[in-house]
Amino acid sequence: MQNDEILAKLTPIFRDVFDVDDIVLTLDMKADDVAEWDSLTHVRLVASIEKQFGVRFSAAEMDTLRDVGDLVTLLGKKAD
Amino acid sequence: MPERVDLYWLVPPPDDFSRTVRSLLACGEALGPRLRELANHALDANQLVKLAKVVAQARAGNRSLAPLTPLRLGLVSNSTYDLIIPALVASALRYGIALEVIAASYDQALQEALNPQSVLAREKPDMVLVAIDIHGLPMAASPGDRAAAEDCVKTAVDYLTTIREGLAANTGAVMMLQTVARLPESSFGSFDLRLPGTDRWLADRFNRGLADSLTDADLLLDVAAIAEIVGLDRWHDPVQRNIAKLPFAQEMVPLYADHFARILGALRGKSRRCLILDLDNTLWGGIIGDDGLEGIVIGQGDPTGEAHLSLQRGAMGLHDRGIVLAVSSKNNDDVARSPFREHPDMMLREENFAAFQANWTDKASNISTIAESLSLGLDSFVFIDDNPAERLQVRRALPQVAVPELPDDPAFYVRTLLAGGYFEAIAFSGDDRKRAAAYQGNARRLSLKAQARDMKSYLESLDMTISFSPFDAAGRARIAQLISKSNQFNLTTRRYSESEVAQLQTSEDHFTLQVRLTDTFGDNGMISVVICRKRGTEWEFDTWLMSCRVLGRGVEEAVLQEIIREAMAGGAASLIGRYIPTDRNAMVAEHYGKLGFTLVEVLPDGVSIWRLPLDGGTREPVPMKIQRGS
Repeated sequence: MQNDEILAKLTPIFRDVFDVDDIVLTLDMKADDVAEWDSLTHVRLVASIEKQFGVRFSAAEMDTLRDVGDLVTLLGKKAD
Repeated sequence: MPERVDLYWLVPPPDDFSRTVRSLLACGEALGPRLRELANHALDANQLVKLAKVVAQARAGNRSLAPLTPLRLGLVSNSTYDLIIPALVASALRYGIALEVIAASYDQALQEALNPQSVLAREKPDMVLVAIDIHGLPMAASPGDRAAAEDCVKTAVDYLTTIREGLAANTGAVMMLQTVARLPESSFGSFDLRLPGTDRWLADRFNRGLADSLTDADLLLDVAAIAEIVGLDRWHDPVQRNIAKLPFAQEMVPLYADHFARILGALRGKSRRCLILDLDNTLWGGIIGDDGLEGIVIGQGDPTGEAHLSLQRGAMGLHDRGIVLAVSSKNNDDVARSPFREHPDMMLREENFAAFQANWTDKASNISTIAESLSLGLDSFVFIDDNPAERLQVRRALPQVAVPELPDDPAFYVRTLLAGGYFEAIAFSGDDRKRAAAYQGNARRLSLKAQARDMKSYLESLDMTISFSPFDAAGRARIAQLISKSNQFNLTTRRYSESEVAQLQTSEDHFTLQVRLTDTFGDNGMISVVICRKRGTEWEFDTWLMSCRVLGRGVEEAVLQEIIREAMAGGAASLIGRYIPTDRNAMVAEHYGKLGFTLVEVLPDGVSIWRLPLDGGTREPVPMKIQRGS
């Protein structure tokens, strides 16, 4: 999967989890950039992404995620 | 296959759910009923959070949540409940309860319970949920050491008893305890169950001991049962537990929260009391009016018959614990009763029903009548029907009635009905058993009090498209099948073979019509067949039949208007209808009269002749789009 494909699939998930309809995802977006993105919502976000993409993340993998770009890279790797 | 964790018995939420929820506070409408209505969908964890947010905002803004019943819940837990609490709040809405949650500090159950100055002691909630999972119990494996194992279970049960009694004393609240879901990991394999002190042995003993330790005033949420039903591997998510101390997998949250809320509902007297059953293709396979007593499928020896029998068995089980049963079916009364009287494989009998409504009026009107005659509120009823259009009509006209979504396969009917938790109980007494007896017995046929309103908007919401075309080769087999099989909505019951149908197709003296209908639920296929004989300026209906499945939707009127159009184009001045009575087709005795025909005569054998002059008068518009094939 290409990065823009992954971003397009991630966008509705982010909007749903954070309940903000106009979130536009960028690769350098971090948790600090979204007011609703706290550690608890993060758990919901990950669970929703796992379900939609049909993948599982290990705790170690989640630890490496610094921004949306890392997430996209990880999802790209999982898809291959 | 539908998934229990997705609450498949509930209707999926509307596409604009998020936007609707967000706009709730801004619109001036009463919040309580809207919140309850929105909660009554198959919501996922994210959607539940959104609803709970509105409840919190409404509370912060001092907005009324009436008529929801307020309930303050205290929560002690050894795991992270922050993600679960919003789901509890939103799921409680489904049962008419406005829940407010006061959470004690994480993993401080015993301290919280024993300290008279604790948060919960100060807040005095109405109820406290003690949500302690298997990791929070003072239990350690001691395989093979029976004395240590038994001691260990006793310690764990005593621990919860201390918490329960302490909290009850300090808060005065009703206490809700939980059984624990055992872990899927096994050390000895099957032998775990036999060997004292294994994890499995301890968890089983603990759950039994906990249940037995409760008083009548306490409530129990059987988490072990929920986990068992969905599977322990799915219930326990080791990653989520390690990362966030979640007590169970995040995808289980909606199901867990619904099970919790059912008990709140039961405590507040909101459990359902009466089950109304459809008959054809619900209680048995087939259509009694068309297929006859020998043609319907019920009972052992046939997989479909077994499936419907299990629903009867489930309904009988409910009846035996005091749930009132009733029937609502589109049928003639005597025909609908015949399987109960004569079919040897039926489990349910007429005496099991408090009311028996078999007629051709819409089901919402019948349910209202049943409710009135039993003196039960509409929110006491569950209605089960295989036909999605009937379900929609009842939901729209009577939103208080619970109408579970049914999967297509009847093998899953009883599971779906019971998965919905409509009849959740927190106690069982001799009175419950007697209650059904007080209602039952006479399978009364009630005369209808009122017609459901709002049929028009229901019909519009079906988004129907009717399509007309003359007989053709592609439709021939189905046309012949309908002609040979239809008994109820069949004006003349004339049978034609497939080759006769083929001849009619090319006959100059006949006008033929095959009618199909699609609606929001999909394609109903061919639902009506008409053959007219042209006799000068008169067209006479030789055959007019229709599937009873689409009754009450204006299809007859649409078909008539199509024929009027064709007949006038063909130079006809009047239409002649003929009703030939049989022992099956009494439902259409007044068919032509209802459509505005005038009775010309009734022959000695009961056949009636009707006439409609084609004077170009206007008729009611029909609630569907029209398509014409060549």
